[in-house]
Amino acid sequence: MMAVTVRTIRALGLAILLTVTALAAPARAVELGDAKAGEQLFRVCKACHRVGNGAENAVGPHLNRIFGRVAGSIEGFRYSEGLVRAGADGLVWDADNLDIYLENPKNLVSKTRMNFAGMPDPADRSHVLAYLRAFSDKPSNIPEAAPTATATDHNLDPAILAIVGDPDYGEYLSGECLTCHQKSGANEGIPSITGWPKADFVVAMHAYKKELRPHPVMRMIAGRLSDEEIAGLAAYFEGLD
Amino acid sequence: MSLSRRSILKGAAAGAVLTAAPMVMGANHGKPKVVVVGGGAGGATVARYLAKDSKGEIDVTLIEPTRTYYTCFFSNLYLGGFRTLDSIAHSYGKLASEYGINVVHDWAVGVDRDKKTVALAGGGAVPYDRLVLSPGIDFVDGAVPGWDIAAQNKMPHAYKAGSQTELLKAQVESMREGGVFVMVAPPNPYRCPPGPYERVSMVAHVLKAKNPKAKILIFDPKDKFSKQGLFQEGWEARYPGMVDWLDASFTGPLKEVRPDSMEVVVGGEVTKADVVNVIPAQKAGRIAELAGVTDEKGWAPVVPATMQSRMDENIHVLGDATNQGDMPKSGFSANSQAKVAANAIRGALTGSKVFPAKFSNTCWSLIDTDNGVKVGAAYEATPEKIAKTSGFISQTGEDAALRKQTYEESLGWYSGITADMFG
Repeated sequence: MMAVTVRTIRALGLAILLTVTALAAPARAVELGDAKAGEQLFRVCKACHRVGNGAENAVGPHLNRIFGRVAGSIEGFRYSEGLVRAGADGLVWDADNLDIYLENPKNLVSKTRMNFAGMPDPADRSHVLAYLRAFSDKPSNIPEAAPTATATDHNLDPAILAIVGDPDYGEYLSGECLTCHQKSGANEGIPSITGWPKADFVVAMHAYKKELRPHPVMRMIAGRLSDEEIAGLAAYFEGLD
Repeated sequence: MSLSRRSILKGAAAGAVLTAAPMVMGANHGKPKVVVVGGGAGGATVARYLAKDSKGEIDVTLIEPTRTYYTCFFSNLYLGGFRTLDSIAHSYGKLASEYGINVVHDWAVGVDRDKKTVALAGGGAVPYDRLVLSPGIDFVDGAVPGWDIAAQNKMPHAYKAGSQTELLKAQVESMREGGVFVMVAPPNPYRCPPGPYERVSMVAHVLKAKNPKAKILIFDPKDKFSKQGLFQEGWEARYPGMVDWLDASFTGPLKEVRPDSMEVVVGGEVTKADVVNVIPAQKAGRIAELAGVTDEKGWAPVVPATMQSRMDENIHVLGDATNQGDMPKSGFSANSQAKVAANAIRGALTGSKVFPAKFSNTCWSLIDTDNGVKVGAAYEATPEKIAKTSGFISQTGEDAALRKQTYEESLGWYSGITADMFG
């Protein structure tokens, strides 16, 4: 009798959990689209990436078993420092992160070598992901999107990118950054942010703020900066030599 | 107050024969004057930011007795052999030459709050419009029965970096085979909450290589400590069987230490040790007490939004010496508070725009080679205290790549914060 009750409670708990997950899911879940359409769209990726039987690294790493892979983790491939760092921070290529990255690689890795402007249409991205997914080992490990889910736009609102920041305010706020990031631009274990293009800075900070990127210190710092404050910092750091 | 008056009188008498004093007094161009006492993470930072941001509108004097400053942060890494002592040594040359700060190597021995002057041990008194005290910590007299500063060569504290750290390192490295290292840990609150436990990790790292049968005992008045799960997991994995953490609720309280016989008496038991690291209970650095800005517990209460003393609006207090609320006593915290204070002081003295206070802290600790962990938080100023708004901590079971990255990040931070302090 007791055991039954406990099981029932557990089952109820699970049901509640599932409901919550389902409700929360549309915010980020990616609906995987049509693999056939994805194969067509993948042609643009083929300039650098191989996928499928016997695929090897080319300009970019091969994409077999990309789902569930830690970012920057294929032995022998020379990744950008930023991508390796993101992987060590805990970035794993699941459907959400691939979607965010495909939309604009700089969302997740500011100085990635992936020289790709991004795929703006969520449907296109979902097709490409459906295609890539066929080359991953354990599709069972990949969470299904809720049936009603629609791909989400992760890119920044152009209005946020257009904010003209006050560099003087940025200079004051920069005090917090300069405890770790050196103003001289020296990178001795913490990346340089000096002289960064404004848009990259803004995209990166909002990605931390939205917790798309894993680094806990940066999530905390960015999390309490307003859009104007981020714009101010971007203006200040861009202006530094 | 009577103490500081006496100090000033003594100082004035001595001043007649010393050349440093007139030079100090001569720094008067009618500009507002800020005097900073203590050249560590709080003091050096506030001096540099004031000088840099006021662009010559404020005269900044920094009073710091030592010419070479050894950072307390990363001094454990020196103990563990991960840094040289030189690599944690800094001078004040750039603050003087590039920022125009009047760097005075002397002890501040008194504050006359009515006349707004600071008395120097070498003589003379330096006038201020605003005074910033960032004196770090001193030890509470009699906190560890049997130990006083005269015993620090036999039982080093190594909680102010420099010769004490060198001494402790030498003692650990020459310990007899299978010997016992005892740490007497401090009660809260104290400088660098994870510091004692990072130190244990570093000592264990050295002993594992040189003296693997040695033991480390920590006698701790606290029943829990910073990053406890992370440290204990690390000790178990990297130094199995070497480290015993013994809290007072289990052993009974520490009764005394006996420096002459190298014994530590805890509960009813006498432990014979080869190296004893005594980290006593702490209070604000003495000048804060002499200035009369400390509370009954020995710390200086401050107004969070400006870091002004609650006892004197012309005095700001920074870092370890303060009683401010939720921030840990760390170099990172002091550096963060210094920027808030610099902004407030500049606003008050030159009318520059004052922005709202923001504080943050991160503390990295090294457990073993390439095995770094961190804890951090963001804070805001409320009328009552500096209040934590959000935070994070490394997790147990993290993979090696992340731990290595965390360690490398700490190296980057060290370069960053010391550049932020010393220019």
